[in-house]
Amino acid sequence: MNATRIEDYEQGTSLWRDAWIRLRKNRLAVIGGMTLIVVTLLCLLAPFVSPYGYEQQDLVLGAAGPSARHWLGTDVFGRDLLTRILYGGRISLMVGLIATGVALIIGVTWGAIAGYAGGRVDAVMMRFVDIVYALPFMIFVVLLMVVFGRNLLLLFLVIGAVEWLTMARIVRGQVQGLKQLEFIEAAVSLGLSGWTIIRRHLIPNAIGPVIVYTTLTIPSVMLLEAFISFLGLGIQPPQSSWGSLIAEGVETMEEFPWLLIFPGMALSLTLFALNFLGDGLRDALDVRTSRD
Amino acid sequence: MWRFIASRVLQAIPVLFIVITLTFFLVRFAPGGPFSTEKAVVPEVKRALEAQYQLDQPLLAQFGSYLTDLVHGDFGPSFKYPGRTVNELIAAGFPATAELGLYALLVAVVLGMAAGIVAALNPNSWRDYVPMSAAMIGICMPTFLLGPLLVLIFGLWLEWLPVSGWGEVSGDKILPSITLGAAYAAYIARLTRSGMLEVLSQDYIRTARAKGLPEYVVVFKHALRGGVIPVVAFLGPAFAGLLSGSFVVETIFQVPGLGRFFVQAAFNRDYTLILGSTVFFAVLIVVFNLLSDVLAAWLNPRLRAGLGVK
Repeated sequence: MNATRIEDYEQGTSLWRDAWIRLRKNRLAVIGGMTLIVVTLLCLLAPFVSPYGYEQQDLVLGAAGPSARHWLGTDVFGRDLLTRILYGGRISLMVGLIATGVALIIGVTWGAIAGYAGGRVDAVMMRFVDIVYALPFMIFVVLLMVVFGRNLLLLFLVIGAVEWLTMARIVRGQVQGLKQLEFIEAAVSLGLSGWTIIRRHLIPNAIGPVIVYTTLTIPSVMLLEAFISFLGLGIQPPQSSWGSLIAEGVETMEEFPWLLIFPGMALSLTLFALNFLGDGLRDALDVRTSRD
Repeated sequence: MWRFIASRVLQAIPVLFIVITLTFFLVRFAPGGPFSTEKAVVPEVKRALEAQYQLDQPLLAQFGSYLTDLVHGDFGPSFKYPGRTVNELIAAGFPATAELGLYALLVAVVLGMAAGIVAALNPNSWRDYVPMSAAMIGICMPTFLLGPLLVLIFGLWLEWLPVSGWGEVSGDKILPSITLGAAYAAYIARLTRSGMLEVLSQDYIRTARAKGLPEYVVVFKHALRGGVIPVVAFLGPAFAGLLSGSFVVETIFQVPGLGRFFVQAAFNRDYTLILGSTVFFAVLIVVFNLLSDVLAAWLNPRLRAGLGVK
């Protein structure tokens, strides 16, 4: 009987339920989330959504503006722009997710270890973060891509390596606070190893800010990828991402402006949606990040 | 105060050392050297070139002599622009970059603070939503998209402003400055709004209003001073970011600045020019971060007391 009462109590006020209710009330965040779902589904199902192939050319048609047959027009080879945007979105979203994953793993591990170890280890690890923060990022990204050639795996690593720092700081702050609580003391007195405590007790309890910051990292990662691809250092043809589509569009924007405008809209819309969802999650989970 | 500044300067030294070391070895371990062109170079010529630029010596010796030169303010010769030193190239490119950065900062501060103040004074009304949505667009719109779009609209369709160039035709500095400053204007708007909202709810603002002071005095004399501290703290990193992040804008608008040199140097594998410009940018970033920390500390009485300044 006692047990059921505790379950009821937990169900009524759990952090996640509260957060979910608050999030659903935030109209902008809901619109952002739904936009993301739609964009992702469209990109994933591109072969079924679009009647045209990614490389399917129509040289007779050439570059044509939006029409009933090609909703967003075609490029100079007569390839359907909507189809290319959907396929490009797959790459952009994939880079966004994987590179954020890299940043997440490095940042959470680094921050949790620094926060839990404390003392000199903490000082050295966080000083390292401070130093890397002061590096001219953009310049290093360009440098790395030029130096090591243009491959997709490296792109993930480079972006991840640049974006993990804030995550490490956030997790460290959380862990430092949690470390003082009794349940960690209990875990220590039970004889659990430091690594188990970090993995099983500290990280799961710091998950709220991590989720919020992850949502906000994805757009900046996607922006960075688009930027690298725009410079011609990222995604290479025949593959394309939104960044490289924009770069192609700029070349011919005077004659065929739709080739610039529509890929640009796809990228901006997705970033917009992610930012609104991230801000909404932050309010819902009541987290303060260093964003403003 | 001087102790604070001195300790920050001391902290900057390891940062710069790491930047130099990282860049130096990164560039050296890169496949392909500055002289590996499409044409096969005669081995003797290649050896002579390498001797001239000390590339035949052990790596650590090269690093040592580079560091020694650097301490004397000498960035060495350029590999790709024969007869020119990196110092000359930086001196040639930096004025345009600095000017562009300054105008962009001006755009960012004026637009951003105006939008932020208007939004904070009318929270949750259309005067809040409109500027803040514009700020969100500014954050989500990368420079390499905004720049071409502005060129398309104002340069090609309306024909109001020149499409590219820097200081050649009147008005050609407007579009690059706006393009570069837009994202920063958006951040400053958000910072100003949250800073002002926090200050406006404080007791001393209520006191000022209760005294019957006109609203503009309350806002501009009393609230703004506290509300802009986060903005001031952001200005240093922002200016550093504007300088080191301007190469896309410089490329789009063909501004003859340092950023364009850097991109070309990276593609050409011009070792010394890459190194030189990276170190130069790193120094700028460190210096501006330092300046804005000091300025923010000076503006905030609580922090000032902590620094031992009366």
